[in-house]
This record gives sequence, C-alpha cells and structure tokens, in this order.
Amino acid sequence: MTTLALRDTGALTRRSLRHVLRSPDTIVTTAVVPVALMLMFGFVLGGAITTGAEGRYIDYMLPGILLITIASGVGYTSYRLFLDLQGGIVERFRSMPIPRSAVLWAHVLTSLVANLASLAVVVAVALLVGFRSGASVAAWLAVAALLALVTLALTWVAVIAGLSAGSVEGAGAFSYPLIFLPFVSSAFVPTATMPGPVAWFAEHQPVTAVVDTIRALLAQQPVGTEIWVALAWLVGILVVAQVVAVTRYRRRLG
Amino acid sequence: MTAVAAPAIRVRGVTKSYGDLEVLRGVDLDVAAGSVVALLGSNGAGKTTLVRILATLAGADGGRAEVLGHDVAADADGGRRTISLTGQFAAVDDVLTGRENLELVARLRHLADPAGVAERLLARFSLTDAADRRAGTYSGGMRRRLDIAMGLVGDPPVVVLDEPTTGLDPQSRIEVWQVVRGLVRDGTTVLLTTQYLEEAEQLADRIAILHGGTIVHHGTLAELRALLPPTTVTYVEKQPSLEEVFLAVVGPGSTGTPDPTDQEEVR
Repeated sequence: MTTLALRDTGALTRRSLRHVLRSPDTIVTTAVVPVALMLMFGFVLGGAITTGAEGRYIDYMLPGILLITIASGVGYTSYRLFLDLQGGIVERFRSMPIPRSAVLWAHVLTSLVANLASLAVVVAVALLVGFRSGASVAAWLAVAALLALVTLALTWVAVIAGLSAGSVEGAGAFSYPLIFLPFVSSAFVPTATMPGPVAWFAEHQPVTAVVDTIRALLAQQPVGTEIWVALAWLVGILVVAQVVAVTRYRRRLG
Repeated sequence: MTAVAAPAIRVRGVTKSYGDLEVLRGVDLDVAAGSVVALLGSNGAGKTTLVRILATLAGADGGRAEVLGHDVAADADGGRRTISLTGQFAAVDDVLTGRENLELVARLRHLADPAGVAERLLARFSLTDAADRRAGTYSGGMRRRLDIAMGLVGDPPVVVLDEPTTGLDPQSRIEVWQVVRGLVRDGTTVLLTTQYLEEAEQLADRIAILHGGTIVHHGTLAELRALLPPTTVTYVEKQPSLEEVFLAVVGPGSTGTPDPTDQEEVR
C-alpha cells in the first residue's frame, strides 16, 4: 500500500519535473532576481555597508540571497498547481485509484529539485564574483539540508496559495512578501543598525535565525543556539502549512 | 437478451443539490453489463453531476450508486478501479507528448508494460504519427481521442463517456463513434451522456432521458418511439443533409493527419 503510494508519487513527480525541464527558463528566471540583487549589493551598495563582521560583504550577504532565491522559486509551484487544477488533469487523477496526497507531494518534490537547481546557479554566480568559503563538506551538507528544509516549508505555503488562488497572477503573488522578508532581517545589514521596533521584528523573525546559522556554517564559526531557533521555525511552518494545505485540498476537491 | 445478471452500473434514488438547486431528485438507472446506455438530457439536466458521482468525483446527498458491486461512496477505491470517466473535461497534459500522457496513466494504474500499453493505444486511436508531439499542439479531435485513450488504459470494465463528441467536427465525431462500437465489441460496459439524439440512436442499446432531476424514460429506441403517436406515412423528397454533403466532399474514410493550421481550441 505504502510502496504503491510512493510509486504513484514518483510517477507524478516525473511528470511535473518534465514540465520544469521543458521550460528550463523557470530555473533561470528564479535565479535572475537574486543574482541581480547580489550584484547590486556587491558592487553598488555594498561599499557603503559596514557589517562589523570579518571578510568580504558578498560572504556576509550570500545566505540572504539564497533565501530570496527560494522565495522566488516556490511561486512556480503555486503556478503549476493552479494550472493543473484548472486544466482538469487533477480531476483525472482523482477519478483513479491513487492516493490523493500523491498529487500534492509530487508538486512539493518537484519544487525541491527545481529550487536546488536554482540555488546551484546562484552559488555558481557567487563564486564567479568573488564569494569564497573554506567550509568543510559536512558544513556545506548542513547548509544544503537547511536550505532544503526552507524550500519544503515555503513550498507548502506555496501549495496553499496555489489551491486558494483565483487567477494565475494571484497564484504567484504570495511570494512577493517572502522575497522582501530577508531585507528586514540580518541578511544585508546588522539588525543593531535598525530603529527599535524594526530591529525587534528583525531579530525575532525566522529569516534572521536561518541566515545567521548558514553564515556561521559557511564562515566556519560555531552556530550556537541560532540553529535550534531556525529549525523550530522551519519545522513549525512546515507542519502548519502542510496541515492547512491538505485540509484545503480535501475541502476543495471533496 | 435476458437481464438476469446484475447490472454493471446500478443507481438507486440518488439525490444531489447544490445549495438550493436540486439537480438530482432520486435517479434510478441500471446499465446492463456489456451494453451501451445513452443518458440524454439538455444542458444543465444533471448528466455530468450523475457521472461525477459514479466516478467518485462528487458525493451524492442520498441514495446509492454501485459499479460492479462497489458502492462508490463506501468503497471509492474499488469503484475507481472498475470505472473510468472521460470526455467533456479535456484532462490531458499539454506539456507532455501523447505517448507520455498514456504512459503516465499506465504507471498510475500499475500496469506491467507502460510503454507497450501506450504504443497499442496510440495505434488504436490513429495517434502514432503524433505520438511524440506535445498534446498542446493537437487538434480538437486528436485531443479528444487521446483523452478517451487515457481513459481506456488498463481496460476498465466500465467506461463513462461524458459528452464525448461535444464540440467535435463531423469526422472526429464518427471516429469517436467507431471507438465506442469497438469498446462494445470487446465487452466493455458504456454509459454515454449526450445532447445529440442522433448519437444516442447510433450507439445505444438503451436510452435514458434525464429531465427535471429524474429519469423520465428508459428503454430501447423502439420502446421510446412507441411512446409517440403512430407513424404517418408521407412522401418527402430527401435532400442531402449538410453533414452528408460535407462528408461526400471531404471523403468519409479520410481520418488522416489534421491540418496543423486548423487547430480548434488548443488550450
């Protein structure tokens, strides 16, 4: 029973990965905004920013850029899910003896693969423009795992948006606030430079914990307690968003 | 033809409302195994609602619907294994090729040889030439054939065709009719919804008329004809219908490759 569910999820994931492969521009488009921001902060604004940290500014801001990459990438999941629901193909899947969850999981796994590809593009560009890290393989793996967890959490939020949207434009619009969240965090400037209430928000929102953890891992510094705060946020968002998404899916499709 | 065997589809007292709108008010319908029943009704009569209930896409408010003994409400998976719905909703994946669409459904039905299943269905539906093109580039008739082919993956014993020829040109319609006749030869039970009386005459063993939320008549064509006043004989010069003219000019057998510039409604 469970193996059949996994096979069905696998077949459906292959299908939506084909969608991604046949429009590879979605991977590139996902990477364009973060790369542009990276170049702008690296070569235009960065000179005027003092972080108080050692090392180059690009090393400081890359974690934030990676989160922006994921935030802009998960929008495509809402988009693809919305089109599937509109086109009637989900009806066909539902009239067949396959687990209902397989349809959603296929979109989530596809999002994971597509976002990791976009992240690889962004890291490659970062290396070209001067990013360097002496982090060990284990530290890089920890960074990748953390980014995968961020992708999963935000993808389930994207699934909610795809299920609730009334139009194609609406399906992707939810990701704009997510793209801006890193600006009100420790991603680009230290939170201490912000006015009181803003600094309070920045210090207590999940992006700061995630960014600080990734930054410490890449800079070969101890991660401290930030990693537990980051994990708690991400697992919490993942669980809540998944429960809401599955409930909506059931209610919408009966 | 004795109707002793249990019917393949058995519907008893099914009701369904959407808000204040009572769409189905107690539908009773039997479809004998291996037969074709046409469900006739005007737009909005509830034909689609009834077939969605049979295909487990909607729940009935009351009554009972069974497909080969599986109660579609209590044993949805059993129902889904035996019945296949296809037709009005064009549920093909435009980004995948015709072949990939069929292989996907074959995989989801856990068949042993998805590639072989796809190959055979492509040939049967005259889609072999277009097999490796994206379904989004297909003409309306090809799309509908692919859609029906996807519904036949795994040879489901009961097939529901929801308005399979709505929006098709005459040639494509005849192709679909041939497909339905082929299904019947293979022993498949077919429930067909249509608004075209001619289609029901052409294909169906029995005709059920859905009106006002119930089946108002159910019988053979001859039985339904008997409901009308006796036939009067008059002599009328029979002009060829426009459809006959069209088919005579275009050639009845030419199912060939459609003109790619003449694609009706790609999306």
